[in-house]
Amino acid sequence: MSEIYTLIEHRQGEIRDISFELLNCGRKLAEKTNSNLTALILGHNTEKLVVKIKSQAHRILVIDSEVFKDFNSESYQLALSDLIKKGNPFITLMGHTAFGMDLCPALATQLEIPFTTDCLNIDVVNNKIMVTRQVYDGKLNAKVAVRDNPSYLFTVRAGCFLAEESDLKTEIANIDTSVTEPDYRKFVEYIEAPTGDVDVTKSDVVVGIGRGIKEQENLAMVEEFADSIGGVVACSRPIVDADWLPKDRQVGSSGKTIKPKLYIAIGISGAFQHVSGMKGAETIIAINKDPNAPIFNEADYGIVDDLFKVLPVLKEKVMELK
Amino acid sequence: MDLIVCIKRVPQTAEADVTIDSTGKDIEKDRLSFDMNESDSYALEEAVILKEKFGGTITVISLGYQDTEDTLRIALAKGADNAIRIKAEDFNELDGYKTAQILKSSISDLDYDLIFTGCIATDDAYSQVGVTLAELLNVPHASLVIYIDASEKRAHVHRELEGGLMEHLDISLPALCTIQTGINEPRYASLIAIRRAAKKEIKVISKKEIENENLLLNTQIEELFIPPKTKEVEFLTGSPGESAGKLAEIIKEKGLI
Ligand SMILES: Cc1cc2nc3c(=O)[nH]c(=O)nc-3n(C[C@H](O)[C@H](O)[C@H](O)COP(=O)(O)OP(=O)(O)OC[C@H]3O[C@@H](n4cnc5c(N)ncnc54)[C@H](O)[C@@H]3O)c2cc1C
Ligand SMILES: Nc1ncnc2c1ncn2[C@@H]1O[C@H](COP(=O)(O)O)[C@@H](O)[C@H]1O
Repeated sequence: MSEIYTLIEHRQGEIRDISFELLNCGRKLAEKTNSNLTALILGHNTEKLVVKIKSQAHRILVIDSEVFKDFNSESYQLALSDLIKKGNPFITLMGHTAFGMDLCPALATQLEIPFTTDCLNIDVVNNKIMVTRQVYDGKLNAKVAVRDNPSYLFTVRAGCFLAEESDLKTEIANIDTSVTEPDYRKFVEYIEAPTGDVDVTKSDVVVGIGRGIKEQENLAMVEEFADSIGGVVACSRPIVDADWLPKDRQVGSSGKTIKPKLYIAIGISGAFQHVSGMKGAETIIAINKDPNAPIFNEADYGIVDDLFKVLPVLKEKVMELK
Repeated sequence: MDLIVCIKRVPQTAEADVTIDSTGKDIEKDRLSFDMNESDSYALEEAVILKEKFGGTITVISLGYQDTEDTLRIALAKGADNAIRIKAEDFNELDGYKTAQILKSSISDLDYDLIFTGCIATDDAYSQVGVTLAELLNVPHASLVIYIDASEKRAHVHRELEGGLMEHLDISLPALCTIQTGINEPRYASLIAIRRAAKKEIKVISKKEIENENLLLNTQIEELFIPPKTKEVEFLTGSPGESAGKLAEIIKEKGLI
């Protein structure tokens, strides 16, 4: 029987959400291709991790070693290339995360197997593989045909598959390893982001500003508007990259995840890295001059217009209604 | 310290109308403006900062059409010493793996301590080429780098993880880093530097000169399509006064003012 592998991603002792999504994606693929789903756990003190995913796969392969306590793609690659060569899975799935982006391109290259990144969906039709990915700033999707091969590796975008319960009978196998951390790449430590005076995760109303604001000076009008509705100002990544606002105001995959009652995205295109941090908001409003901006796929209400025209009036109207 | 920076010229699509062409597999590019890929300009700046500190040379390399030379000239004006363009015949016959293979062939003969690429090209959005290239060249890598402290033999780098967390790594050189935006503040090229760069020679090599085998294409776009709607947005129309008025009412109805 053929195999589907999924790598369980964990950090600082916790399984990351993407791992449960991958298990669901893996179960779907296993069903479709009549395969077994094997979850791979490389880590240290793995018992706690194994318990959390039990019944989510047909088999869990565990390599428990101090080397895998923290993520070092070079040591992971040494172990995983071995596992994949021996097990010869039809498909191996990993997350399109900081972890997957660092590991998978090298792993696939070493194994000489077809690979592509950031898949929204993976379809198998008559043993032919077709994946869906996003291109051109998320404005278009692409159906991508993958070269025929006995084995493939894909990274999957977070949020495309739901974490779901399952009740599979799970076999657990432990494997020894001789892998040590290579001298050419050593993990030193984690560094936590500094925290500032405003906690954007605590506010009911968040006004997000993006590159559409053009100049740092223009931020003042956004602050004024946020004040008028009792909200705080958050932002997309380019605003932090330009040093216009501190890192703790950034919303998205490499910033904060917020779930306010109201999120107003202004001059933000809606890249998935941004959306993943704010799609949990109860009501989402987007103001953008581009009617095809991906942010409108997430919004409940939208205004297609120049933010510099809308924002001052909106502030006035809000003040009137107060 | 000898540095290599891989640069891609990409269409600027964030604010533009993006339309699918008649083949259904590509976009109409005539009316789009093109520029250096965003993270590549941070990669270039990081190389210039290291060159200012340690001396050495910067070579910029791009696989692209003729107009890619405009982008390479901007890189020369910003501080690169040498520029190489590998002639691309057809971008549709490339994927991340093949691109990395071609870049590798043109780099293997060069001396380098560090290679920089961007962490993602905004057109194909693979986040694949840099790390693949490192594996093909058999050098250590770190992706999504937002801080570098390099010495002659090793480098301390910070990788960006999710949620604002970072990871501190110690890697040996030569190595490859994929650079994340925000690591520095990319400079503008001065007018004098741009004029000077216009006269510099760009080495052009054809793909055939370096392609030693028939490279396989692992992935190929079959069809482009507009992403399906996941949520039905209600557009508020009218003049700014009207649409803003409707919006203010909605916010009030929801009890948020
Ligand atoms: C690994 C990784 C992690 C990332 N993490 C994050 C993250 O955590 N958070 C994040 O935000 N991004 C993140 N990004 C970046 C992300 O991919 C996008 O580049 C970014 O979100 C774009 O920000 P933006 O929407 O402000 O800018 P753009 O994409 O440039 O969009 C600007 C928008 O403003 C609109 N606009 C311009 N002028 C006006 C006007 N006058 N009136 C109205 N609208 C106007 C335009 O139509 C456009 O839609 C990450 C990227 C990577 C590779
Ligand atoms: N055609 C190309 N020429 C030069 N560098 C490239 C090319 N394509 C990709 N790169 C480099 O690889 C990085 C990541 O690209 P990608 O893997 O396609 O997202 C880019 O930021 C560039 O630094």
